[in-house]
Amino acid sequence: MGELNVSVVAVDRKLWSGTASLVVAKTLEGEIGILPQHEAVLAILADSPVRITTTDGPSVVVAVHGGFFAVDHDEVWILAETAELGGEIDVERATLALERARAAATESAEEMAAIERAETRLKVALAEQSKLRASGTH
Amino acid sequence: MGAQLRIYRRRIKSVQATKKITKAMELIASSRIVKAQQRVEAALPYTRALTMAISAAATSTRGNIPFLCDDEKVPRKRASILVITSDRGLAGGYSSSVIKEGEQLTKLLDNRGLKVVPYLVGRKAIGFYRFRGRTVAQSWSGFSDTPTYENAKEISAALLASYLTPNTEGGSDEIHVVYMHFVSMVTQIPTVIQILPIKVVAQTAEEAAASGSGPFPLYSFEPSASEVLDMLIPKYVENLVFTSLLLAAASEHAARRRAMSAATDNAEELIKTLSRQANQARQSEITQEISEIVGGADALSASA
Repeated sequence: MGELNVSVVAVDRKLWSGTASLVVAKTLEGEIGILPQHEAVLAILADSPVRITTTDGPSVVVAVHGGFFAVDHDEVWILAETAELGGEIDVERATLALERARAAATESAEEMAAIERAETRLKVALAEQSKLRASGTH
Repeated sequence: MGAQLRIYRRRIKSVQATKKITKAMELIASSRIVKAQQRVEAALPYTRALTMAISAAATSTRGNIPFLCDDEKVPRKRASILVITSDRGLAGGYSSSVIKEGEQLTKLLDNRGLKVVPYLVGRKAIGFYRFRGRTVAQSWSGFSDTPTYENAKEISAALLASYLTPNTEGGSDEIHVVYMHFVSMVTQIPTVIQILPIKVVAQTAEEAAASGSGPFPLYSFEPSASEVLDMLIPKYVENLVFTSLLLAAASEHAARRRAMSAATDNAEELIKTLSRQANQARQSEITQEISEIVGGADALSASA
């Protein structure tokens, strides 16, 4: 079995690229897991964490907002308007941002989206933290 | 010190001060070109992947998509143009050549019987249009040298809204962008691109084989091809606007660097000429003083 060549690209920079054995993402239709030799897919991503299990190191978690992804011949492109690696997000600040978004929230779609964005970021940051803790104890 | 000499010295000093300023601006501009170029390059992978995805989605979508409908059956009435200029001057002919290109495009569209709706970026374009008392649909300023994606999003939201409104209600049928394309440090070309409707380049199998990219893979789309396309096209417009802004910013810095280096050279030349003139003035002053002393001594010895 082969491996996946994954590239995570935001509008203004290339975030991460490498090889992986599994990519799990959430599309508008639901979660989708990509293993090597998956059929070609082009899907719109929901605001959610994307988990990449790399072949040669720790797994990578990315917070993706307003993105889509394309799979073709074991090439995985994850494209996003903004994307952040788990390690880049400060948990405290993400928590504060979420609280702020909740406090400001009314019914408008824009504010709901802001909450969702903040939640995604926090989820990713926490996943990163727990990963670090797990590797620290061993 | 003679009056003439004093005036020369004063002018030399002021030209020297100007030279220091232009030199500093030249250095700032050259350091910023590098940064602007890096931003252009960093945005490339996204653009490439997005274009590929759009082409794939478009070729597997049947039916009438408003963004792609290229038929001229519906008479077109209005066209929007987005003119991207700088906020600040001192960049040589940068803004004026973009504006000139915009004027040509306006004339061209006029000749096709379209009403032109201008959208402007940068204070220079805003000033140009205001001075001529033209109506402007919308304008943005304050970010021409370091545009962000948020800026591009805001602009493309306005453009998309106008495109999606029927032309009977003040919408536009075509959208064009005029900006300065950055080719290299020394070459920038004023460029016009049509954003919408997107001109689909139908790729035949032979062409694909010739270009080496191969035919598009048979994607399965989630949710569906047309829905994916609907989501991707606003992103495509945003990306085009963003890329144009980035290229324009790089061009702006390059134009400013060139203008400022020319100004520094001119100042040096001027200082050289002025110090020659000052030396001459000083010398003639000395000569005059000597001849006055000699003349005075002659007169004294003659009277004695």
